[in-house]
Amino acid sequence: MMARKRPAQRPVAETRGASVGKRGLRIGLHTYLLRHLQTFFYALGQLFQKPLATLMTSAVIGIALALPAGLHTLLNNTQQLTSDWNNSTRISLFLKQNINERQSTALAKKLRTKNEISKVDYISREQALEEFSALSGFGDALLALDENPLPTVLVVHPAMVINSSVAIEALLTELRTHPEVDLAQLDMQWVERLYAMLDTLSRGIWILASLLSLAVLLVVGNTIRLAIQNRRDEIVIIKLIGGTDAFIRRPFLYAGFWYGLFGGIIAFILVQISLLFLQEPVHHLANLYHSQFKLNKFELVNTFVLLTCATLLGYLGSWLAVNRHLKDIEPS
Amino acid sequence: MITFTNTSKRYPGGFEALNNISFNLAAGEMAFLTGHSGAGKSTLLKLIALIERCSNGQVLVNGKNLARISRRGIPYHRRNVGVIFQDHRLLFDRTVFDNVALPLVIAGNSRQEIHKRVRAALDKVGLLEKEKLYPITLSGGEQQRVGIARAVVNKPPLLLADEPTGNLDPELSREIMAIFEEFQRVGVSVLIASHDISLIQSLPYRVLQLDHGRLINDIGGRL
Ligand SMILES: Nc1ncnc2c1ncn2[C@@H]1O[C@H](COP(=O)(O)OP(=O)(O)OP(=O)(O)O)[C@@H](O)[C@H]1O
Ligand SMILES: [Mg+2]
Repeated sequence: MMARKRPAQRPVAETRGASVGKRGLRIGLHTYLLRHLQTFFYALGQLFQKPLATLMTSAVIGIALALPAGLHTLLNNTQQLTSDWNNSTRISLFLKQNINERQSTALAKKLRTKNEISKVDYISREQALEEFSALSGFGDALLALDENPLPTVLVVHPAMVINSSVAIEALLTELRTHPEVDLAQLDMQWVERLYAMLDTLSRGIWILASLLSLAVLLVVGNTIRLAIQNRRDEIVIIKLIGGTDAFIRRPFLYAGFWYGLFGGIIAFILVQISLLFLQEPVHHLANLYHSQFKLNKFELVNTFVLLTCATLLGYLGSWLAVNRHLKDIEPS
Repeated sequence: MITFTNTSKRYPGGFEALNNISFNLAAGEMAFLTGHSGAGKSTLLKLIALIERCSNGQVLVNGKNLARISRRGIPYHRRNVGVIFQDHRLLFDRTVFDNVALPLVIAGNSRQEIHKRVRAALDKVGLLEKEKLYPITLSGGEQQRVGIARAVVNKPPLLLADEPTGNLDPELSREIMAIFEEFQRVGVSVLIASHDISLIQSLPYRVLQLDHGRLINDIGGRL
């Protein structure tokens, strides 16, 4: 077992890294960041080498995220719209057909003097007809009638003092006693119901968002799992020549990051297109209700939140996959 | 450089691939590891590169007890051991240059450093003009030389080669051996597993012979 003696020879590797001073440390940090940046864009390049597969994965993520994001925006819009109606309990009084204009204006005047009433809108039969034909599209049909079928309507806005449903009921009963009134209708219940509905919807959207986020995790996780399987040989080789787990993990994590970001961008585009698509009919609908309401676009803050969440989900999804599957791959 | 002391390796399943092996390979020494198929040559090299761990005894590499190296420490150990595989283990979707550069990229070298060293390594194995090609377009001998360039590019003090001339004709085999001798001359320890008896006997180096997991012969070099 004697080894032959040779002239003093220094193993070459020992000459390396012997002079790590402050300067070396700074350069080390510099190359460390550079290396991260390179891997970051290397991962992007890898995704672009398979554009179709990348697009499909990103699109799945995008659609999954667009759904809750879009619904959330619509809900926000609706809540904004209905906040105007918060104190807008109104009672519509439909007057009998045989009541003439003089009688109805007299009634309106009389009601306006009451303490419980802050305001009375007077909608004459002609006004009602005009609006109805303008907005309903049944104009021609109405013109064919000899007589205006619409009644005079007095819209009664209760005063602030009327703030309980009992008081409202009392006012309603009182208004019904007027002989000119054919029908007195309270427009409050549906607002309350709408609120309850919006509340439920809001929770529903959160549940949906959670489930779809989970779906995004699974989609990214599965994509990364396949990528790991496809590059099994490469991983083994890198491990054999001294690649650390962190080094091997990095491109996959960055790939997850990019998938998430692309998915987020696609979700953003989908939501914007959908909102644009809805703009026209919503505007029309708002006009029907005499509202100046306009559909709000996706806000900047929401865009930021959407992209951040998407990116984090992508990163997390790949992190889970990488942690689960990279350990199994060892050279033999 | 390498010291085996009563080392045994039992694979899960119970097969004893190495049985009570003891030897020492000095720094800067070159030796052949030979024996019949299944004698345990690859297993012995795997113990040194920590691809497998021994079940009994101990293995020292460069003075370090391998049993003390944790999972996290393995990559750093492997950076000091250049391994050349019979099946080359090249990445076929990367150029020759990128394949050879991989150990330096892993170790976090700067671009200029990588460029300089890869070209130096390729020059040594005579493949400088093929750096932009993909390994699939190279002959078996050329691929083997790419593998050698990759193993030496970060200048490890120890080189292991498992059947490096396995599928090569005698002429090419001698060329490959000449490359190893060059590294040995500048102070690298080299351990080559091979059953190419005629080639081994034509060269003046120490031979370790394995038989069914036992070291049955340790013939010193003729120099
Ligand atoms: N992972 C493993 N699990 C179980 N047994 C193994 C494993 N690897 C190798 N062996 C067994 O250990 C013995 C030695 O294998 P090894 O690969 O070291 O032989 P070798 O000398 O390199 O042979 P060859 O010249 O054919 O490459 C063989 O009998 C083999 O079947
Ligand atoms: Mg073998």
